Amino acid sequence: MDLRFTEEEKAFRQEVRAFFHTALPANIRRKMEEGRSLAKEDIVTWQRILNAKGWAVPAWPKEYGGTGWSPMKQYIFLDEMQQAPAPQPLQFGVNMVGPVIYTFGSEAQKQRFLPRIRNLDDWWCQGFSEPGAGSDLAALKTSAKRDGDHYVVNGQKTWTTLAQYADWIFCLVRTDPAAKKQEGISFLLIDMKSPGITVRPIQTFDGGREINEVFFDDVRVPVENLVGQENKGWDYAKFLLGNERVGIARVGVSKQRIRRIRELAALETDGGRPLIENPRFREKLAAVEVELKALEMTQLRVVAAEGKRERGKPDPASSILKLKGSEIQQATTELLLEVIGPYALPYQPEPEEGWNEPPIGPDYAGPIAPLYFNWRKTSIYGGSNEIQKNIIAKAILGL
Amino acid sequence: MDFDLSEEQQLLKDSIERLLAAHYDFEARKRYAATPEGFSREMWARYAELGLLGLPFEEKYGGFGGGPVETMIVMEAFGQALVLEPYLATVVLSGGLVQRGADEALKADVLPRIAEGRLFLAFAHAERQARYDLANVAATARKDGSAWVVSGEKSLVLHGDSADRLIVSARTAGGPRDRGGIGLFLVDARAPGVLRRGYRTQDGLRAAEVALQDVRVEPQGVIGDPEGGLPLIERAVETAIAALCAEAVGAMGAMHAQTVEYLKTRKQFGVPIGSFQTLQHRAVDMFVALEQARSMAMFAAMMAQEDDAAERARAVSAAKVQIGRSGKFVGQQAIQLHGGVGMTMELKVGHYFKRVTMIDLMFGDADHHLSKLAEAGGLIAA
Repeated sequence: MDLRFTEEEKAFRQEVRAFFHTALPANIRRKMEEGRSLAKEDIVTWQRILNAKGWAVPAWPKEYGGTGWSPMKQYIFLDEMQQAPAPQPLQFGVNMVGPVIYTFGSEAQKQRFLPRIRNLDDWWCQGFSEPGAGSDLAALKTSAKRDGDHYVVNGQKTWTTLAQYADWIFCLVRTDPAAKKQEGISFLLIDMKSPGITVRPIQTFDGGREINEVFFDDVRVPVENLVGQENKGWDYAKFLLGNERVGIARVGVSKQRIRRIRELAALETDGGRPLIENPRFREKLAAVEVELKALEMTQLRVVAAEGKRERGKPDPASSILKLKGSEIQQATTELLLEVIGPYALPYQPEPEEGWNEPPIGPDYAGPIAPLYFNWRKTSIYGGSNEIQKNIIAKAILGL
Repeated sequence: MDFDLSEEQQLLKDSIERLLAAHYDFEARKRYAATPEGFSREMWARYAELGLLGLPFEEKYGGFGGGPVETMIVMEAFGQALVLEPYLATVVLSGGLVQRGADEALKADVLPRIAEGRLFLAFAHAERQARYDLANVAATARKDGSAWVVSGEKSLVLHGDSADRLIVSARTAGGPRDRGGIGLFLVDARAPGVLRRGYRTQDGLRAAEVALQDVRVEPQGVIGDPEGGLPLIERAVETAIAALCAEAVGAMGAMHAQTVEYLKTRKQFGVPIGSFQTLQHRAVDMFVALEQARSMAMFAAMMAQEDDAAERARAVSAAKVQIGRSGKFVGQQAIQLHGGVGMTMELKVGHYFKRVTMIDLMFGDADHHLSKLAEAGGLIAA
């Protein structure tokens, strides 16, 4: 056991930090620091910068464009990227459908889709949840009936993040209504330009427009867009959700938020002195830092064990990462809210939404209340925290 | 970074666990606790045989040159078995002070005898008014020729009643809370002028109140700079905190395992109570608290060897916060989920709870260390 980073790992951290320092466009960095929402082109621009460097998909096997880095180096890369702070590459392509395609997909699917995911030529979204299938995902009803060389898809997906930008959607669909609920599900890749698809935005209560409903009305999908075998989609979905949880702790994001809290709390005054000197506030912040350090160590333990695990079999301990990671992220947004105090009140939309007034109060206040509201999602998405507890109870504790 | 135990470390862990499995079940522990000294000298000899008592010392002093990870392995196993012997007092605290602060002659005199199990030491530092402030020392040491004369009252001296010698902190200069002017003196526990009152602690271990009146210490009994002992004390206490974190993780792990086992076997309403989701989620919350604590015990072990004193202190404080909070949660819930039987003296789970509660209150509780950490600017560098 040696709990120090090796010299090689330290040098690697310096290398990626230097790259992010020079390669991340200043306007994107500023939006990230201020907690503002990103435009589609920000995410595309950043993904292409990463791709040009060969760092678009570090976790993928080398033959598909991966870097061949150890899990520890991948972690360091992610940690530095989050602290830069740079946008997270679009998860739906890089961390979700990409690994499913290179693990279970056909040669033709690999050729066609993987390079376009790396360069974000195709924007992917995720068609899993339905109005009647949330935590009980296997209750999904969207159907796909075989008709010659096509499937005909009918039904509705919901909570579809950034579907408004999407070129493709990967969907869980029911192909055998007679089978047990997990056994009649298939994994389909569907072109969002297909006739019969309608996208309707759902506004979140922070004012954001990132989620949607997607309706399928006799949408014809070529059979070649089936991933793997028919009725095996649930296995692929479990594989995908396991990958999702590894990156979900977002330790680097929370580190950066804590720096931001400290920075802003030095600007805000409380009783004539900087808020950061208020012992009660300082201790609340320190308590979050302790939890975060513990989570980082837990994450490192999971990462270090990763190389020794069978591929696609995530450590059930990664459920802890989701649980704690979301709680800590939420705690940081709550502290940010506390820092700006009364100046959280004015509703000040983004300039992109047509609001061009001078800021009310400090210019950093505008995005913070929406960020706090929006971040309630982190304990709901990706398998709600209660579902994570069910997983831990069953898979780890044997209850 | 590598979280796997090396072959030697695995061997160490296996042999301690084997030893404790053979000689340290709950009944044996009760017997050891019931002796006047409150622990087993026979076990102490076995630890010596295994090399545990010289584990952190250099080889030339009969040690094994182990680091904080080795100490962590030992302490976690001790936590699981609720070990009573004065390992923390003799090897970690006192051994640490001698190893880092004493001159060659004193090291050569003391360390091999600790390693062989022939010498018990205790660290007489805390005083009634000091609470968790390590610099708050009122006991005095005045120069008398080349010797020192030590007087004062020391409190909560862990295993002070069975120690052969005491390392006493005393003020050689400055005011009662000054960082400077503290010296460390090795005192024969049976010397004239030393009065000890031993007692049992809540967790079944032992401690003593120690009064010293004009106790003479020759120059060779002075550990380190007689006016600059505080950094040495802080370092030893940080190492002790890291060790206690590991011990607490051992105890928490055992409590959690026993609780989960109980949930699987205890039946009510015709089903195991572990089939109820409320209890399942509580057991998961305990598990998360335990794993977060384990992570921080590792962090403390890693940072205990850090040379930057400020960074080391922040890290150790952070670990103590986590251990205190996790220990309280895991302990309270372990009792709760056991229901009535959890309240009984007969069940081991309450004894674990008592131990982790006492660990929180030693060398600064979670709140103390949280405020220390906050004052030092937190953990994450700007």
